[in-house]
This record gives sequence, structure tokens and C-alpha cells, in this order.
Amino acid sequence: MTAYVIRRVLHAIPLLLGILTILFFLVHLAPGDPTAIYFNPDVDPEAIELMRENLGLDQPLHVQYFKWMTSFLKGDFGYSFGLHRPVIDVIKDSFKNTAVLSLAAIVVIFVIGVLVGIVSAMRQYSFTDNVLTFLAFFFYSMPSFWFGLMLLLIFSYKLGLFPASLAASLDYESFSWSGKIANRLHHLALPALTLGLGGAAGVARYTRGSLLEVIRQDYIRTARSKGLSERTVIFKHALRNALITVVTLFGLYLPFLFSGAVLVETIFSWPGMGRVIVTAIFQRDYPLIMANTFVFAGAVVLGNLLADIIYCFVDPRIRYD
Amino acid sequence: MASGSAMTIEGSARSRTSPAFVLIPGLRDLVTGRRPLGLFTLAVLILLLSVLVFSADEMAEGLGSGDVGIWVATVTLFGSLAFLWGREIRAFVRPTPVVVKHEQVSPWSITIQQFKKNRMALIGLSCMILLYLVTLLAPFIAPFDPTEQDLAGRRHLGPSLEHPMGTDKFGRDVFSRVVYGARISLTIGFVAVGISVTLGSLLGAVAGYVGGKTDNVIMRLVDMLLSFPRLVLVLAVVALFTPSIFLLVAVLGATGWMGTSRIVRGQVLALREQEFVQAVKALGLKDRRILLRHVLPNTLAPIIVAATLGIGNTILLEAGLSFLGLGVQPPTPSWGNIINDGREALLNAWWIATFPGLAIVLTVVSFNLLGDGLRDALDPRLRD
Repeated sequence: MTAYVIRRVLHAIPLLLGILTILFFLVHLAPGDPTAIYFNPDVDPEAIELMRENLGLDQPLHVQYFKWMTSFLKGDFGYSFGLHRPVIDVIKDSFKNTAVLSLAAIVVIFVIGVLVGIVSAMRQYSFTDNVLTFLAFFFYSMPSFWFGLMLLLIFSYKLGLFPASLAASLDYESFSWSGKIANRLHHLALPALTLGLGGAAGVARYTRGSLLEVIRQDYIRTARSKGLSERTVIFKHALRNALITVVTLFGLYLPFLFSGAVLVETIFSWPGMGRVIVTAIFQRDYPLIMANTFVFAGAVVLGNLLADIIYCFVDPRIRYD
Repeated sequence: MASGSAMTIEGSARSRTSPAFVLIPGLRDLVTGRRPLGLFTLAVLILLLSVLVFSADEMAEGLGSGDVGIWVATVTLFGSLAFLWGREIRAFVRPTPVVVKHEQVSPWSITIQQFKKNRMALIGLSCMILLYLVTLLAPFIAPFDPTEQDLAGRRHLGPSLEHPMGTDKFGRDVFSRVVYGARISLTIGFVAVGISVTLGSLLGAVAGYVGGKTDNVIMRLVDMLLSFPRLVLVLAVVALFTPSIFLLVAVLGATGWMGTSRIVRGQVLALREQEFVQAVKALGLKDRRILLRHVLPNTLAPIIVAATLGIGNTILLEAGLSFLGLGVQPPTPSWGNIINDGREALLNAWWIATFPGLAIVLTVVSFNLLGDGLRDALDPRLRD
């Protein structure tokens, strides 16, 4: 198994290099170069020439390519024109917030999804099952940003139950530590729900199917016939086996989760990477856009790696050689 | 059981020739026990006829001035009506033989049989047909011009009979904007998925059939592109160019092919080893002909499913992009940018953001229902 893990890690490295290469060609595919936004009669052509030189744009493509690769791998993402800060600092601040939001959404996805899936499977074809299946279909097909706006309208603007923006209150520093946690959770609730419910619907459908398949197996009949309570049969025998395949969804959902995060962060003014990238696009801040895209893609690669390793732990039947 | 159903078919065969049914399409289906189809046909008929009655003036005016939208809508209107009546007339003139033709089983007829049993999938299909009709008939269905402003008279009016979905901050009718937005969103979804499915099938087929280095290169590229969250990748590309609908379609098409190519590659790998491929190879056909004529058609089933589900996804993605202001640019209405307009006025004009969102949900739900139904119908393992 160790060999498998090592091989998976080694497999991820060329993937990351490839992602960087794609990004490099993307920037160079675009018409003009990053200095194009400064093209206006008031700017001295010599100043632009100087800028191109500073950015290394006057060098041959392969030199630029290797410079770009080495600096990215060293964690030097360049300088943000829009925010006048090194890109790495911007990302350090925003990455934390996106990670918190994504983790909370993952909890929503798997806790709600699995619970709903169990209830659905236990009462297959009942009224409850039909209602839950219908709801799952509805949430699965819903644009997260629209759902977020509706939650915002009802729970924040009309009822005033939850804050409408930011990851913590402005007077956050004045709270005690328990108050701080409560305040954070309070801010987290709506965005995490918005981001997670679509995925939860998918997990619910998947868990239902997987559980229904497992329940038909012989060992479940054995467990029932030796007189175990239904609860033990479901939670100890059926669920554990049903969840093995559900784990694979973790890696599958990550890209969707991050795509959703871009929209959800914009709606709830959540100071994460998604919001940074949207602002950066409006300011044509290329270094920031590319670095953010790379971090997102890198997170997906690492997440997939993690999912594979978890899968290999939860299902020892599978041998990887 | 079997004799019972034969009885109903026999009994209805006599009434099927009744001239009364020719007058009202759908009635025949209602009477002969095909109630869902009958009700749906009647609903479409009522929609088409009311459009015809209420927009006769508009039609005459638009046809005179050579407005392309009006021409398309008029052709659609009369085409659909002709189709509905044509069906009835054909049934009247040449009634289907009473003898039920059994055992004419091709894979496609089994699929159709399976699909017809799936009520949810049929609902999805009906919604989809209605949506595309609305899209094509947009100029007649929308009561106002979607970009016509009235800043003084009707800013932020709530839903009413005149404005079923209210008006926005420029006094534009939200219902009309949603109807025209359907046109943009559905077209973009359809064309972008067309591009990505074609690209994905070809690359996947080549990777699977040629194998070796080509396969490795293509599949590694797929791995890399799949590592990007799709919205982030699309944003990064869109940011480099000036936004336009063509760019949007191209980028959505170019970033959506990876899933299809994985599926097709898997299928082709399995098909490559089968006898019929060996046979055509022995006949001396060229690789290109084998691939396009003999191998690819056999992978059609999963491609159709991927395309149907892909349209729903692409519509969601386009809506998200337009919501961020990076997709379809105002004043052209798309569901995403109408929601973006509504976001600013969420508290005092909830209707602007709510209705286009419901339109998206309805559309994506119907495509997903249809896609699920097709998958169940096309997969022999799921048949009962």
C-alpha cells in the first residue's frame, strides 16, 4: 500500500507541471500581452518597453517558459497590479477563507447527503422517499448562486437571522474565544449551506442506490437472520459497505465545489479566492488570475490524491499493484 | 391481460377513423388510452392557437418588415400546427392496422419502449419540447420588447396581470426578458454541447482506437483539464479576451469535452477487440472508415446521455458566468444576467432574481430527467 501511495504522489507531479504549462500557453495565446491595458496615448512607449523588459516579455518563449515554471514552483507568483501586493500574500489571506468554506460545505454534502440517502433507502418507494427524491432532483439542478440569493433574501434581509456578508463581524476581535467561534459559525451557515446542498443532493441519490444494492447481499440477510436489530444491521453492516463507493465522490465533487465557491463567495462577499479571482478579472490582473487558477487546480489534484488514499484505506479488499 | 389490451386496441380501431378526431389533434390519443400524450398535444395546440389569435397583427407587421425573428416564429408556429394536424389526417386516411405488430425488435425500438414506461423522463421531454417552442416563438409570446425601457412609468413594478413577473429598474418587463433569455441560454447550451460532444467523441475514439503514445497524450491532457474547476478555467480564458457570445460558446465547448472523451475511449477500447471490427479490418477498410462508420456508431448511446446531461450543466455554467457579468453582456437578456440585475434590488424587487432562477431550475431539471431516462432506457443492464 505504501508503494501505491508513493506512486500516486509521483503521478501527481507531472500533472501539476502540465497544469502550469497549460496556464502558460493560455496567457501567451491571448491577443497582446499583460501590458496591453496600458496602451493609451498618455503612456510613454518607452515606459511600456521597460515594463515588458521587467516582466521578461522580451525574451524568447522557451526562456520565459522555464522562468515561469521555476518561479511558480518556488512559490513566487509575481506581483498583483490591481492590489499592489505580492500575489502570494493575497493568496495566503484568501486561501484560508476558501478552505474553511469548502470544508464546511463538504461536511454539509456528506452529513446531509448520507442521512437523507439512508432515510430514502430505508423507506424505498414510500411517500417520504418520493418527496426526498424529488427534492434531491430539485436541489441538484439548482444554480447555487440563485439559491444563495434566495436564502439571503429570506433569512438575512427579511427575517434578519443570519449576516449577509463577510466571514466574521467587523467587531470580531472584541469577542471572547467562544464568541469568536459562534460568530464565525453564524457567518458560515448560509454560504456553506448554499455551496453544499447541491452536492448533498447528489450524495443522497448515490447513497440511496448504493445502500439498496448492499441490502440485497447475502451477508445482510445473514445479519438479519441471526437476530440483530435493524439499526445494527443498517449502521454496522450495510452502511459501512455502502459508503465505500461514496468516498470516491469526494474527489469527483471537488472541482464542482470550487466552481460553486467562486459564485457563492461573490454573493456573500466571502473574502476567499473565488472573490479575489472575480475582482482580478475585472481589473485584468493576470498574475493574480493565473496564480489563483493554479492554486484551485492544485487543490483539486491534492484532493483527488487524498480521496484515492482514503479509498485505499477504507476498502482493504482492493489490492493495488 | 394480453387479450384485454388487444380488446382495447380493437375497440378503438373503429373510433380512430372518426372524422371528429381530425378537427382536434390530441383527442384521438385521449380516447385511445394514451392520456399523457393526448393531454400534452392538447396543451401544445392551445398554446399554438392562442399565440396565433393574439399575435396575428404582430405577425403581419413583422413579416412585412422582414424581421428574421418573426419569420422564424411564424414558420415554427405553422410548422407545428401542420405537424399536429398532419398526424391526425394521416391516422384518418390510413389507420394503423389493428393487428399489433410484435417482435419487430431493434435495439432502438426496445429503447423507445423502455423510455415510454418512464413517466419522469416523459415529463422531462415534454418540458423540453415546450421550452424550445417558447424559444422559437419568443417574439409572439413575450408581451413587450425585452430591451424597451420605461424609466418614468413602470420601474420596479411587482408581478401583475400586465407584467406577470414584474419589471426591473429600467422598467423592462421581466417576463419578456425571461422568454428572450431562454433563447440565449438554450441556444448557448445546445451549441456548446454540440461542440464539446463532437470534440470529445473524436478525441476519445482516436485515443482508444490508435492507442499507444497518442492515447497517452490525449488522456493526460484530459487529466490536466479535469483538474481545473470548470468555472475557474472558463473565467481565466474569458478574462484574456473581450467577452462576446461567440467566445462564450467556443470556451464552453472547448472546456466540456473531457468527460465524453473518457467514456468514448472506454467504449472504443472494448469494441476494438470485437469480431465485427476484425472482420471489417480483414475486408481491408481504412482505419478512418472503420472508426467513423463501424466503431463510433456503437458508442452512440452513452454519447447521447452525456450530451443531454451536459446541456443542463452548460446552462448552469453559462448562467453563473453571466451572473458574474462575464458571460452574455447586457442589454441582451440571459437568465444569468437578469439574476445579476435582480441581485442589486433583491430587497425591494425580489421578483427580478426569483423568476429567471425558477426558469433555470425547470430547464435543468427537465434535461436531467430526460438524460436519466435515456440512460436507463439505453442501458440493457437496467432493463426489467
